[in-house]
Amino acid sequence: MENKTNQHTNPTDFEVRSLDTMCVNESELKHPWYYNLKYSLVGIIFGIVFIKAEIISWFRIQEMFRLQSFHMYGVIGTAVVVGAISVFLIKKFKVKTIHGEEITFTDKKFNKGQILGGLTFGLGWALTGACPGPLFAQVGSGAIVILVVILSATAGTWVYGKFRDQLPH
Amino acid sequence: MMETITQPWPWYTAGIIIGLIVPALLIIGNKHFGISANLRHACAACLPSNIPFFKYDWKKEIWNFFFVGGILVGGIISTLYLGSGDNVIVHPDLAKELASYGITDFSGMVPEQLFSLESLFTVRGLVMMIGGGFLVGFGARYAGGCTSGHAIMGLSDLQWPSLIATICFMIGGFIMANFILPFILHL
Repeated sequence: MENKTNQHTNPTDFEVRSLDTMCVNESELKHPWYYNLKYSLVGIIFGIVFIKAEIISWFRIQEMFRLQSFHMYGVIGTAVVVGAISVFLIKKFKVKTIHGEEITFTDKKFNKGQILGGLTFGLGWALTGACPGPLFAQVGSGAIVILVVILSATAGTWVYGKFRDQLPH
Repeated sequence: MMETITQPWPWYTAGIIIGLIVPALLIIGNKHFGISANLRHACAACLPSNIPFFKYDWKKEIWNFFFVGGILVGGIISTLYLGSGDNVIVHPDLAKELASYGITDFSGMVPEQLFSLESLFTVRGLVMMIGGGFLVGFGARYAGGCTSGHAIMGLSDLQWPSLIATICFMIGGFIMANFILPFILHL
């Protein structure tokens, strides 16, 4: 769909950036770089939970796909419930960011990528036993060789970008 | 207290904290929870190669690098200071199946016998690390997000395309784990 946007003018930065991604929001505010450390703090908490709840464990992921353990279903299910209630409250009370900006949501459009890409991702997930977030926590836990997996995933992303126009969407 | 922290945490503790990451990122900067986009920003920053998909101002997404950097640091802190050092408990059926492929070391969450520098030079290791990584990176972008973006952020925002993506993640995983992985582990 997006491919058919005006062929004569170059797409804007925003148009390119918002293809196939979750976060399209950008801030009007200019902050010094170290303001980004607030995201690192959230990341640190995330990383600790990944390790402590064994979400980065290859074994837990195998158990999930073999229906041998409830653990991962419990984690993702609880996270979705807590996340959904939070999003509902943020929308209902029009909560603003700590910098006073509006919090915005963008509706996702369906395309075949969610099916074809989703299946591809699932095949890879069961092999590596880790989705992109846990890969970084695995490296932090000392499994340095996982950097190779991250590099290969980056290569996969690059190849997708290269052949995006030839793939069904 | 410390005893409670060093033991593996139950699913509900983890689920609640991960769920709270969604409003945390929204409230501190209007950011939508997502990890795999980092790989794209890395391409845009390092190897755009004149590909339209990578021709955007990746510096606007620099927060995402800080976020995954935090995950890495969290992994280090947790492993160094908050671990119990015990083996990972593995379901007996899975342990039995893995033993038949010679995987018996459950000391780490990333099994040494599959993911190590030495196994990178075996067909099995190559398929699992390089092949698996490639599918994860390619599939996540093709789907427009990974587990964090679709399964957690997307579902929290009640986006039905994210539900389709999540279901497909699970179908792909079931097919691989139950029907293809056994052959790969045999290699």
